[in-house]
Amino acid sequence: MEGADLAVKVLSTWLTLVVGLIVLPSAFGLSLGISEFYMKILVKTLEWATLRIEKGAPNESVLKNSASVGIIQRDESPMEKGLSGLRGRVFELSDVFYFSKKGLEAIVEDEVTQRFSSEELVSWNLLTRTNVNFQYISPKLTMVWVLGVLIRYCFLLPLRIKNWLSELVHLTCCRICVRSLSGTIHYHNKQYRPQKGGICVANHTSPIDVLILTTDGCYAMVGQVHGGLMGIIQRAMVKACPHVWFERSEMKDRHLVTKRLREHVADKKKLPILIFPEGTCINNTSVMMFKKGSFEIGGTIYPVAIKYNPQFGDAFWNSSKYGMVSYLLRIMTSWAIVCDVWYMPPMTREEGEDAVQFANRVKSAIAVQGGLTELPWDGGLKRAKVKDTFKEEQQKNYSKMIVGNGSPNLELD
Amino acid sequence: MLWRANSLRLGGSSETESAHSAQGRGRKRNSALSLLDPWPFPSLLPSCRLASGTATSGTAPTAVIGSWASTLLQDKELEEIKKETGFSHSQIIPLYSRFTSLDKGENGTLSREDFQRIPELAINPLGDRIINAFFSEGEDQVNFRGFMRTLVHFQPIEDNEKRKDVNGPEPLNSRSNKLRFAFRLYDLDKDDTISCDELLQVLRMMVGENISDEQLGSITDRTIQEADQDGDSAISFTEFVKVLEKVDVEQKMSIWFLH
Repeated sequence: MEGADLAVKVLSTWLTLVVGLIVLPSAFGLSLGISEFYMKILVKTLEWATLRIEKGAPNESVLKNSASVGIIQRDESPMEKGLSGLRGRVFELSDVFYFSKKGLEAIVEDEVTQRFSSEELVSWNLLTRTNVNFQYISPKLTMVWVLGVLIRYCFLLPLRIKNWLSELVHLTCCRICVRSLSGTIHYHNKQYRPQKGGICVANHTSPIDVLILTTDGCYAMVGQVHGGLMGIIQRAMVKACPHVWFERSEMKDRHLVTKRLREHVADKKKLPILIFPEGTCINNTSVMMFKKGSFEIGGTIYPVAIKYNPQFGDAFWNSSKYGMVSYLLRIMTSWAIVCDVWYMPPMTREEGEDAVQFANRVKSAIAVQGGLTELPWDGGLKRAKVKDTFKEEQQKNYSKMIVGNGSPNLELD
Repeated sequence: MLWRANSLRLGGSSETESAHSAQGRGRKRNSALSLLDPWPFPSLLPSCRLASGTATSGTAPTAVIGSWASTLLQDKELEEIKKETGFSHSQIIPLYSRFTSLDKGENGTLSREDFQRIPELAINPLGDRIINAFFSEGEDQVNFRGFMRTLVHFQPIEDNEKRKDVNGPEPLNSRSNKLRFAFRLYDLDKDDTISCDELLQVLRMMVGENISDEQLGSITDRTIQEADQDGDSAISFTEFVKVLEKVDVEQKMSIWFLH
């Protein structure tokens, strides 16, 4: 049948193209400059799309600001100012105003829950999954979007699946993998790259973080043993470099964990350990509380800041919403993964500084370097409820205000 | 040729799984075959007209589009909310976005658990009372309309100038209605009076365990004495308004919505 013949011919030419242009150069570590060219075209297309959207919706240009500015202007006044009083003032019926206003503000816009979902983009990048509030503008834009879908599913996706499958088998070809994701990674300050016997800490956005860091160096990984697809990958990786894997139940025994890590760090010949102290994936707009465990081990900490460019594809893994395979598919049908990695000068715990303070210091440094917001909230809030102690603290503050250790304002009958 | 369709929010929550697991709570996993790139311009598909807030049913392909579309805000509903609450178009859209992001069950309504998931609200001493204000008697789900109707109490008052309607009902964000919102926070049994007991309970919520019963009792007694004018040892709404007549309610009970 002619149709089938033609299809076979097309497929075979396409495959040879793929092999010739992608796999071979990667194997030799060469670059044909196609990635860069592709990125340039992509950026131009997205700019054009943005302009079309802006032209088509002149009154709605405010929508552009909403993603970056927020819904409301929050009143950040602390309890003392909000209740308009000094210490030792009495209870008034209007006190409830302050709490209700704070409560409503939190309902409309809070700092924490937005970190556990994908970042909203200011301008659309032609991926429907990041389409927030963008409306139909013109047939041309639709055409471009359709073209985009075709390219991403019929061209980029099969390319990446093929490359990714081969990568599972030949794990040392990390470069192919990164190339298959059309990854453009800029490494800054390579002189501060983590050395042997140190601990590397970084902010966590997705499992790809690991890939990105290992492309530029070998690390020992601390992590949980996963089942399924991740488990296979993990076991394959163990063969390449010596890793330290923990069962989930072992993780609960903190002393055991610390002991094993200490042993690893003490041996100067062992690879640096890679740890993500946030404990979970955050959406790359902020850095949340660093768990102090990794900072108690001692040794030198090498902080690394990773910031993805959301314009080209959303790397955040919302593990409570998407499984691994779904996540990978999303990644492989995005435009590209573009990120910046900053290696930072090593830090050690200072005299008189406890683990928590040290963790906060490192966290601040990473947040400043990556241009991320710093939050004191625990990343575990993604799944767990907030602790009651915080509420009790608020209650305590309020009590101090209206009573103030038995002040004379209290009338006792 | 330019024309506008319904505004919509697509993002993480738009990709839903097939109907029979759409009501799942807790960890929701999307199957690999779920739609990664749904058609972004829903109005072009006539089958998409579903009222927001309805649960979905049906076989796989239509269910995917249907349940996705059920998170759309219909034009008609948008207009009604605009008229009722006085929020502008560009304010309602991000609020709808927020509503859907809080709606983990993805059925167009919020439950009390959805609110409690917000950490900053969970640590607020009056968190439970505030959440309660959203739900009407006997209900434990609130849809977007109800959500907006409660939020509008906190709209700044000067926005009313835009929709001066002398003969119409009093706007929901008038001074009087703001005070009524606060009154309801105290009035636990909804009988239009704040009794000594109710005041005590609310105060207990605000101070936790840090003040003794006697002290709290004194504070309550003093407050009621000062406010009570008709001698029934309880605070009615009129008395409540009188006590607070000098307070700048407009500023303390308003949230500045941008745009």
